[in-house]
Amino acid sequence: MKKEFHNIAKLITKNSKILDVGCGNGELMKYITENISKDIRGIELSKSNVQKCVEKGLTVIEGDAEKDLKQFPDSSFDFVILSQTLQAFLDPENVLNELLRIGKKAIVSIPNFGHWKVRLHLLLKGTMPVTENLPNEWYNTPNLHMCTIKDFENYCKQRNIKINLKNLKFQNLFSELGIFILEK
Amino acid sequence: MNEKDKIKTLLIKKPLKLDCGQTINDFPLAYETYGKLNDKKDNAILVFHALTGDQFASGTNPITNKDGWWNYALGPSKAIDTDKYFVIAANVIGGCMGSFGPKNINPESNKPYGTNFPVITINDMVNAQYNLLEYFKIEKLFCVIGGSMGGMQVLQFVSNFPNKAHTAIPIACTASHSAQNIALNELGRQSIMADRNWQDGFYEEQNKQPDKGLAVARMAAHITYLSKAGLQEKFGRKLQERDDLKFSFDADFQIESYLRYQGSVFVDRFDANSYLYITRAMDYFDLTKKFGGNLSKAFEKSNTKFFIISFTSDWLYPTSENREIVIALNAIGKNVGFVEITSDKGHDSFLLDVPDFLNTVKNFLNKSYEKIS
Repeated sequence: MKKEFHNIAKLITKNSKILDVGCGNGELMKYITENISKDIRGIELSKSNVQKCVEKGLTVIEGDAEKDLKQFPDSSFDFVILSQTLQAFLDPENVLNELLRIGKKAIVSIPNFGHWKVRLHLLLKGTMPVTENLPNEWYNTPNLHMCTIKDFENYCKQRNIKINLKNLKFQNLFSELGIFILEK
Repeated sequence: MNEKDKIKTLLIKKPLKLDCGQTINDFPLAYETYGKLNDKKDNAILVFHALTGDQFASGTNPITNKDGWWNYALGPSKAIDTDKYFVIAANVIGGCMGSFGPKNINPESNKPYGTNFPVITINDMVNAQYNLLEYFKIEKLFCVIGGSMGGMQVLQFVSNFPNKAHTAIPIACTASHSAQNIALNELGRQSIMADRNWQDGFYEEQNKQPDKGLAVARMAAHITYLSKAGLQEKFGRKLQERDDLKFSFDADFQIESYLRYQGSVFVDRFDANSYLYITRAMDYFDLTKKFGGNLSKAFEKSNTKFFIISFTSDWLYPTSENREIVIALNAIGKNVGFVEITSDKGHDSFLLDVPDFLNTVKNFLNKSYEKIS
């Protein structure tokens, strides 16, 4: 399993109620089901990924996080997970609001556009950065709203969203990925 | 072996109060079973049939000598694996395959009920079939499953008996019959009633059959079970055994011939009054009615795990209507999964060989069963 998923899983309390938004093929959900909490379900847009979740015996709802989170009542989950998809939404602000409405806590991960490799790539090559975490070219990337860890922190501060973050300067330069716990 | 010997029936003695106000008792419920009930009695699945289905879901239907209506999905090693699960399927009341229906003899007149048969509802159908649990001494079903009207029965069953099924799979259905669907059913009914042989519903006693009206009803309905793309691909403008148009009203096109055939074989196996009664039951179906329009309330007491399936090309019970059930369940934090299967076969997809659908059902059932057993 990806290191990111291990790090996300560590943040989750035992036997809590969880929603994995954009759960992909269910890898993280399966790990959480087997090790942390059985009360977990996912939302996934891709039909083939939905099938893979069903094959794993996971509860999955085929749907679009931009439209389908509104059906969940306020604070209906202890944790809502959003792994590396925030930047791909048409309206990430709306999705974040929804995550914080339906989850008591939201765990959000973002690819960090402020990482030194990304900065160096643009500085030296003068082309859009392509890295392990950002493997696509500018013309086929699903990422519409790239941001840095610092951008994300500023965003949360402006909106009074509690965010767990230490060593901002260090993280913004040296983390390829930011994983945050957010609370309203 | 005559027809009656091929049909198993349970005589239900317990009075059943119907939604229309009448009470029925000592009525037959025809059923069939597949597979074996295990010692723990935890492997039973109740299958609900759609409008024109019956209890013969798998194998060969001994009355029509054709394949059971869910042969693709149900049988040994299939999606609903009868090597593993014990499957019960009953003919709905109002039907014509041995269960209490308008063809039955009214003891008061010694003639078939015809349109003196009480109007029944999906709720009545489900309450009648609940007796099968008691008969087989099954405390809790592993699953209730069905497509179209069968899916409506699944929803009604879980609402009526919230803790009697571990899992529920409503397929290609709705919680509330739409105006469009009522309209389409009314078209079918009017076609039957416009046939002179219908005789206000008392055709049996006059040895007549409203075959033409019933065939047209079936033809119209059949179109609604398919998709435009599916029809175009299969038939297009292909001509039926001719090189050019005949400038007449013969079946020039293959699609015409196909529909005529579908109509003609249907009348051999289905009773016109049953068609009226069952379509009426579908039209009356609105699970939200008892709950002030709030579908969530219908499932409040349930601890059943839902898995809802729709099909991309189904315009009769479209994804949006299936999704409403998902939304209602999520709104009260119930355990619900939802999948929309890609298929160009229209509403009928659930009856056909659609591998994605069949695999999905198989995976859901087998993984869920691992968890309960």
